[in-house]
Amino acid sequence: MVTDVENWKSEVYGNEIRDRLFEFAEAGFDSIPDDERDAWFERFKWWGLYHQRNGQEGYFMMRIGTPNGVLEPGQLRVVGEIADEYARGPGTNPIFGDAYADFTTRQSIQLHWIELSDVPAIFEKLEEHDLSTQQACGDSWRNIVGNPVAGKDGQEVIDAWPVIRELNETFKGNDDHANLPRKWKVSVTGSADGSGQGDINDLAFEPAYKTAGGDGAPRGSEAGDAVGFNVRVGGGLARNEPRLARDIDVWVPPERVPDVAGGLSALFRDHGDREDRYNARVKFLVDEWGAAEVRETLQEEYVDFELQTAGRDVREEYTYNAGEGERNDLIGVHDQKDGRNFVGLNVLVGRMGADDVLELADLAAEYGSGEVRLSQRQNVIVTDVPDDALDEFLDEPLLEHYSPDPSPFMRGSVACTGTEFCSLSIVETKNRQVRFARWLKANVELPDDVDEFHVHLSGCTASCAQPQIADVSLRGMKTRKDGDPVEALDVGLGGGLGEDPQFARWVTQRVPVDEVPGAIANLVERFAAERDAGESFRAFVARHDDDELDAFVDPKETDYEDPMMHNTKRTWYPYAEDDGMEDAPSPPADD
Amino acid sequence: MTTRLRVLDDGAWISVDDSREVRVSELWRLDAPDLCECALTDLVVENFQSVGVDGSTVEVQVYGQCIACGEAGTTGWVPVGRVRGGEFAELARSAVRSSRARPPRQHVPDR
Ligand code: HEM
Ligand code: SF4
Ligand SMILES: [Zn+2]
Repeated sequence: MVTDVENWKSEVYGNEIRDRLFEFAEAGFDSIPDDERDAWFERFKWWGLYHQRNGQEGYFMMRIGTPNGVLEPGQLRVVGEIADEYARGPGTNPIFGDAYADFTTRQSIQLHWIELSDVPAIFEKLEEHDLSTQQACGDSWRNIVGNPVAGKDGQEVIDAWPVIRELNETFKGNDDHANLPRKWKVSVTGSADGSGQGDINDLAFEPAYKTAGGDGAPRGSEAGDAVGFNVRVGGGLARNEPRLARDIDVWVPPERVPDVAGGLSALFRDHGDREDRYNARVKFLVDEWGAAEVRETLQEEYVDFELQTAGRDVREEYTYNAGEGERNDLIGVHDQKDGRNFVGLNVLVGRMGADDVLELADLAAEYGSGEVRLSQRQNVIVTDVPDDALDEFLDEPLLEHYSPDPSPFMRGSVACTGTEFCSLSIVETKNRQVRFARWLKANVELPDDVDEFHVHLSGCTASCAQPQIADVSLRGMKTRKDGDPVEALDVGLGGGLGEDPQFARWVTQRVPVDEVPGAIANLVERFAAERDAGESFRAFVARHDDDELDAFVDPKETDYEDPMMHNTKRTWYPYAEDDGMEDAPSPPADD
Repeated sequence: MTTRLRVLDDGAWISVDDSREVRVSELWRLDAPDLCECALTDLVVENFQSVGVDGSTVEVQVYGQCIACGEAGTTGWVPVGRVRGGEFAELARSAVRSSRARPPRQHVPDR
């Protein structure tokens, strides 16, 4: 028996939702019949609108999908203006204020406190500037990710940006692929640094060389080889079931990518599990079938040309989020292939006030081309800055806060949405990670030669902050402290991507949140004292067993104080003065 | 009268008659020998798996973790509240609930 969600999807889904959404927006939130609310909230996701949690009735999170994180000149300003005008609600965040934008781990943008009645105006403004929320959530092709500086990166094997653009144009709003059993996350990377994070996506295209003359021909020089992509399928982190995408032994030239991607999406559409949403992601289908059967089915039923076998990849060069080496992230000044520079700026936990967004948009126009790009580490990159403008740009006061050269604890921080807005959450996240990072920066000393230390905090097992691929992984839990329930975090260690990706091992469970900074301080101290010369944190973790690591973590209270120890989910908004559910605002009046 | 029951938003909610009523992230005290060996399981509710109704009692199966012993898993059927006269009333948070293997008369493994 298919689920209610599947029934709703078979009644109305995809593009057609839009007209109804606009009718409800026109007539007001209350015009959604009570007995259809569950169905409409589910469907609105397809247009990028996710109802916020209880206590915030009538307010929506809106996700704007920016393919590969690319914001063309002028688009960041539009996002800032929309955030400023519409992303204001009854709650004020004590760190970030009243109106802000979140840059996400999948190179998208999230706005909060959006009212249904404002949606048509927001869509109109977005669409005037070629931006869209279509398929940003829901069971379909999600925002396509990759190396954000595709097309500009000095270290590129192949320019993936035209490929991503074509996929986006082909599969956004495409009725044949609009209703999939579950979300479909695609990564296309052309650089040799691994910054597209293909391994944790449903479908990954990674740069690879194919020797001309086909299999068996002697390996030619790289110059004589064709450059294209190897294909992997079935990665994902959610729900205590993390999987790396599996190699299906296929190489495709760039012009065939849409055929293979469409074939695999159709295979998922037809064969994914529509009876159990927990078993629906393609990772479980790959578990069941194995990579060979996926390849065989793709070849026999979904493409009309002979698939080639996998080519020679460049995985041994991957450094992004890999634990050591250059370019763990894209922060700082880097060469573009046209001689200009891209400058990666750290946005702590991905959140930027609307005023700052607008100022950054101006700076990007003044010093660069006006374009900016978003990374999967929730950071922003200003591109196209010529050498002679660089010093002046780096001196801008805004860059003191959004630094191109931040502390490892600041640049390594990633955090999800958490109890502030998210129904699934168990703990407060973004503000907490800001407090953690500030405390660690002030109190903890990494060895001199260690300049990367990634801490990812996710509020639940959905893993939106990608905790399993961090040096220190934090995941929301509860525990009792002196008998009282308090927010807690499970601590995992040693995760990362790179040539041989590894998920963190969960070594210490249920640490009360106020003891986590002390635990990390103790851990870093042991690492500094006992590491081999030049050893990375990830390598250090790899050579210790779970019990040894658990002993290193050693939670303790410090002068770090956590104001959000209580059940922040029982508040209507954790930071409100009167935070009880009984003080929750009523749904916004229609204006 | 039939009661419409659903698990929504990837297991974040139990919806009763189209209203989101029971949420994750609470701590429940459970008599659940099937889940762990504690005399009383102290369960963090993480994801609803399925929901059903037996007479007027709404019951769920939930994935979670006992914070006393660390054991994680899916419970048997656990009561969360009652529907009376068309209104849902959630059990008191402090109530001790017992988990049982037998499914309620109507149930949906839906999410
Ligand atoms: C209202 C807030 C949010 C809700 C309710 C939500 C919900 C979820 C859920 C249910 C999953 C598990 C997916 C599955 O089982 O297939 C998930 C995973 C994920 N979400 Fe979110 N999410 C939220 C915010 C975010 C944010 C801010 C980001 C950043 C773009 C994000 C990115 C991701 C990523 C990267 C995963 C990874 C899991 C995987 O690879 O399987 N989500 N989210
Ligand atoms: S990881 Fe969990 S708490 Fe965080 S945003 Fe995702 S669903 Fe919400
Ligand atoms: Zn127990």
